[in-house]
Amino acid sequence: MSTRLAQGGRLLNKGKQLHFSFNGKQFTGYEGDTLASALLANDQLMMGRSFKYHRPRGPVASGAEEPNALVNLGKGGNFEPNQRATTTELFNGLTCESQNHWPSLEFDVGAVNNYMTRFFPAGFYYKTFMFPRAAWKHVFEPIVRQSAGLGKAPKDRDADTYEHFYAYVDVVVMGGGVAGLQAAKAAGLSGAKVLLMEQTAHWGGRSMVDGGEVDGQPVADYVDALVAELEAMENVTLRNRMMGAGVYDHGYVLGYERVRDHAPLESGPRHRLWRIRAKQIVTATGAIERPLSFAGNDIPGVMLASAIRDYVVDYGVSVGDRTVVVTNNDDAYRTAIAIKQAGLEVPVILDARAGGGGALADEARALGIRVENGKGIAKVKGGKRVTGVAICAQAGEGAVLEEIKCDAVAMSGGWSPVVHLWSHCGGKLTWDEAQAHFRPDPSRAPTSHDGEAFVTVAGSANGYLDLALGVKDAHDAGKAAAKAAGFTATRKAAPKAAEAPEAAMEPVWLMPQGAGPELRIKAWLDYQNDVKVSDVRLAAQEGYESVEHTKRYTTLGMASDQGKLSNINGLATLAGQLNAPIPSVGTTTFRPPYTPISMGSIAGEARGDVFQPLRRTPIHAWHDEQKAFFEPVGHWRRPYCYPRTGESHGEAVKREILQTRNSVSMLDASTLGKIIVKGPDAGKFLDMLYTNMMSTLKPGRCRYGLMCNENGFLIDDGVVARIDEDTFLCHTTTGGAERIHGWMEDWLQCEWWDWKVFTANVTEQYAQIAIVGPNARKVLEKLGGDMDISKEGLTFMGWKDGKIGDFDARAYRISFSGELSYEIAVPASQGRAFWDAILEAGEEFGIMPYGTEALHVMRAEKGFIMIGDETDGTVIPQDLNMQWAISKKKEDFLGKRAQERPHMASPERWKLVGLETLDGSVIPDGAYAIAEGENANGQRNTQGRVTSTYYSPTLDRGIAMALVHHGTDRMGEVIELNKVDGSTVKAKIVDPIFFDKDGEKQNV
Amino acid sequence: MLTLQCPYCGVWAEETELHAEGEAHLKRFGPGSEDEAFEGYLFMRENPKGVHFERWRHSNGCGKFFHAARSTTTLEVFGTYSAQTLEPPQEIKDKISAKYPGWSWREFA
Amino acid sequence: MSNVVSALNGVSQSGIALVEETGLRGMITVRGDLASKPMAKALKDVLGASVPEQRQIASGEKGAVAWMSPDELLVICDHGAAEDIIASLNAALAGEHVLVVNVSDARAVFKVSGECAREVIAKLAPVDLAPGAFEPGMMRRTRFAQVAAAFWMNDDGSFEIICFRSVARYVFDLLCVASVDGSEVGFFN
Repeated sequence: MSTRLAQGGRLLNKGKQLHFSFNGKQFTGYEGDTLASALLANDQLMMGRSFKYHRPRGPVASGAEEPNALVNLGKGGNFEPNQRATTTELFNGLTCESQNHWPSLEFDVGAVNNYMTRFFPAGFYYKTFMFPRAAWKHVFEPIVRQSAGLGKAPKDRDADTYEHFYAYVDVVVMGGGVAGLQAAKAAGLSGAKVLLMEQTAHWGGRSMVDGGEVDGQPVADYVDALVAELEAMENVTLRNRMMGAGVYDHGYVLGYERVRDHAPLESGPRHRLWRIRAKQIVTATGAIERPLSFAGNDIPGVMLASAIRDYVVDYGVSVGDRTVVVTNNDDAYRTAIAIKQAGLEVPVILDARAGGGGALADEARALGIRVENGKGIAKVKGGKRVTGVAICAQAGEGAVLEEIKCDAVAMSGGWSPVVHLWSHCGGKLTWDEAQAHFRPDPSRAPTSHDGEAFVTVAGSANGYLDLALGVKDAHDAGKAAAKAAGFTATRKAAPKAAEAPEAAMEPVWLMPQGAGPELRIKAWLDYQNDVKVSDVRLAAQEGYESVEHTKRYTTLGMASDQGKLSNINGLATLAGQLNAPIPSVGTTTFRPPYTPISMGSIAGEARGDVFQPLRRTPIHAWHDEQKAFFEPVGHWRRPYCYPRTGESHGEAVKREILQTRNSVSMLDASTLGKIIVKGPDAGKFLDMLYTNMMSTLKPGRCRYGLMCNENGFLIDDGVVARIDEDTFLCHTTTGGAERIHGWMEDWLQCEWWDWKVFTANVTEQYAQIAIVGPNARKVLEKLGGDMDISKEGLTFMGWKDGKIGDFDARAYRISFSGELSYEIAVPASQGRAFWDAILEAGEEFGIMPYGTEALHVMRAEKGFIMIGDETDGTVIPQDLNMQWAISKKKEDFLGKRAQERPHMASPERWKLVGLETLDGSVIPDGAYAIAEGENANGQRNTQGRVTSTYYSPTLDRGIAMALVHHGTDRMGEVIELNKVDGSTVKAKIVDPIFFDKDGEKQNV
Repeated sequence: MLTLQCPYCGVWAEETELHAEGEAHLKRFGPGSEDEAFEGYLFMRENPKGVHFERWRHSNGCGKFFHAARSTTTLEVFGTYSAQTLEPPQEIKDKISAKYPGWSWREFA
Repeated sequence: MSNVVSALNGVSQSGIALVEETGLRGMITVRGDLASKPMAKALKDVLGASVPEQRQIASGEKGAVAWMSPDELLVICDHGAAEDIIASLNAALAGEHVLVVNVSDARAVFKVSGECAREVIAKLAPVDLAPGAFEPGMMRRTRFAQVAAAFWMNDDGSFEIICFRSVARYVFDLLCVASVDGSEVGFFN
């Protein structure tokens, strides 16, 4: 059984007991435990089931590479699936559940898949769910959906908060092991600003468990002193619980800081995503031990040798009473020694190398441990936990020589440097034959904006597994990074470390090397996705020679651990089957993040009220108080209508329109874009921007204008007011202000940079309120002031500055409704007060606000176009019969050349007309005018489409605007338009001006 | 994510402060131009693997448009320069030549 | 006017930093040739300020002048003084190709103060806020999360941030989220 030892546990605070629950059962652990170590201490070895076969699984590892021990962590708003027990720090009150089983971890119905292993080979899904086609929808997809996905999806809103943080440093060091610390010191001594991040809560990495000496002192003491030294350096920042998640272009680094995963009751953000720019990056990310591929290597109790050692040394936990060690290298002997020294049994060390190990092997033998060279495991016995191993010769086919009872197996297939962060931004790898692993190729480092390398690798991440070599490499890496960042590297020599030389490892990709199909089908490569040696071999046989194809066909390395354990073993298996050297098979692409990071940390602050910026006018609060129904227009929220109690939106819109047409109402038009264009060349510039002539506009007057892009298509419209000889104020659409301002600046900065014109976007300087209706002037007169707003004093399409009431105002006599209308701009700070004053003055006329829908309907009644309704990026002014707004006198304007193209000048283009349904009904939005016959795709031919369609309260009938083939020549003709229910509606082509054709109402 | 130095305000701006504005050094053809020239101006764009010239705008910053010369494969930036020019500065062309001898891009080399 | 109001009416909230809307501020966009003698003279005569260097903010007797781009300055003054200053600047720059325009009401201004002020800003803007990298006298136009903004630092270590008035609520909420209790980063000290 796995249990807590009386001694040991260097990371534990045994004075502080913590309570937690797993699958509803209560357990205790200590401060300093991980969830995995605490479960093991309570003899809870089985922590989940595998994804495909639902095989019982326990932890394989003790850190970030863990594929099996994933849990649903927390409850309600703190629930999160797929949390690795090995990297989850224990806290009081932690609750979690195991995953991928039903009804329980111990008894799981899905485990029947396990007995069907033979029938779920590589590519099973592709091969099986093919025919009959109809079965997809009703049989296959429901089955796949039922079983797809790891863990449960959270149901509740995340109760935690998250944030981003921007940091700028000279050197980022990733990894707080002895190499990372050494590199940080070497870089820091140069004076460079250094940020060192470590994903766990502890410094020193593997060296704290593995031991050794640096500068004549035990490595643990050396690390402690180093940390103290770094903490005292002002230019060095140390952050633990922070993982280097990704390395990106131009020195961009993501640091994923788990601020209070370990202390969920404290206030503050749960995770912080550091968005770092570093001149240089040092990856001191260490190495990960590889499993060995033998039958039954996934049975709970079979673990990486280093993990079993970690649990003993770091957490005082024994995984088993009797642990068989199986290895192809010397490092695993450390585990045997550590276990033995903890008072536990090691029945045998199986060393696959015929020549056996070096000094460490001697040390093990001296402790009385039996060592068998050239031997391996034929198969592991047991179901929910290891009960024994069958020993065989590594060189053979698996004939059992002896069976040994044990309850744990410590395996080591060698070590692979963690090259992920080196590789994220294009760093290349080289195959190290001696150590049988890929390590970074320093001559092919990722390059930055200056074309120079910006990532350096240090220590075991660089393939220097030996402490002495690793520390020296890290010291050099830190110096090199500081130098590359522009600092003078320290002259201090690297510390000296001594370690017993080890015998060479020998690659073992299958155990025994001649294992037959019966063994291979139980030899796991990828634990999380249940990929075995047999699957990769099958893929190769079926022609999947590319490692990227094999990955996708077998799902090798596609799980949430992204193949940290399986990658090298998998591609070595593939290479073996293809008879190709491993480096020519290559690796799959390493992509960020290194381990999964929370969605919350990616979103950062962008949730709830600040998910997206909302733009509010100075009168927004009033609209809100009135319970206006808002609609989004760009980032603005504009009142669509102001429904009164018991009123539908349609009824509200009708009321607002009739009030406007019959008396007076008001509109918050503050969102309209307002851009000042000033300079001696302003007129010339606007002549280029608008299709019509603006330079001839007189000060004090307004002119409606159209803007096209160089394709000739309409992009915006609005009223231009000439303020003085040099100055114009251009109104744009609500959504267009920033875009059109940018458009103006683009032409001024990049094409006509010698023209003397300045622009300024003053959209938000003003609150602009339209007072609209036959009584509009009376309301203004009541407000008083010094402005003559009489029919003659301020004529249609004129503007004036002055006082209205107490307010500094600019009044434009323009109309988008066909009514007598004044749009009045006051400084935004006075906007709300002005709105209130109008409401008060208009009370006797029943004044009320109207929303954007009333605005839309009223402009459609008048046949006025709306950018975005009548235009869609393919419409030219000529399509809308707006030739009157296109100057013929101008040699050039933006879009003019494009409009000369044959297709633009073609009489076959659809033209804007009005439509009146014969039955008075409202045509559906987006309806098409249907024509005879079908096109090549068997679709009904069309001859036009509706651009705007409304119920007109003024006319009490449906009205619409449409672009129709030869439309202007077909007045009076009846066409058919499709409806959503498949039927059609008949409509007569009419003039798009439905109301007050002569414009008498606005000219009073 | 790129970092480009805005030649107008001097800020080393990360991409989130910037807005990509398409290809650089387009020559405008207006009314009276030949169809082919106009088509080239409106539609024909370079899509090189390697040296490229682009327009960017420091939109969340000083608001200025500027030019950038960079490699689309390595993301090496050879330089950023004024928008008020019809061709890349010699200094930047030299820098590119040092890295990619014999390069050419439209009429520049 | 008695009814003149800023976007959020002086709202404030305190966490690891104090976030306050400062109320209405006079702001004038000045576009023109910043290197010209008339510009230097006009700023000196009207505001008692010199033309700021690139990305700097210069203070004068009647207000501060911030460098916004190679042809744009922002004059920051009392809200009530803006129109008079505009008139004076226009008079002083008569005949020059310039644009002087009141943008006071198009903006909102926030102040962030306290020991963690640098950190609060660094959570929202992609700018190096380390001591030495950003100091009083500097002006930075950038973005705060999803909107454009600009900020400078006062001698007392507080920051002032300007954004468009329409997104004042968004920026205030952002600053409050970034300064929530318990969110100290500890990177700048």
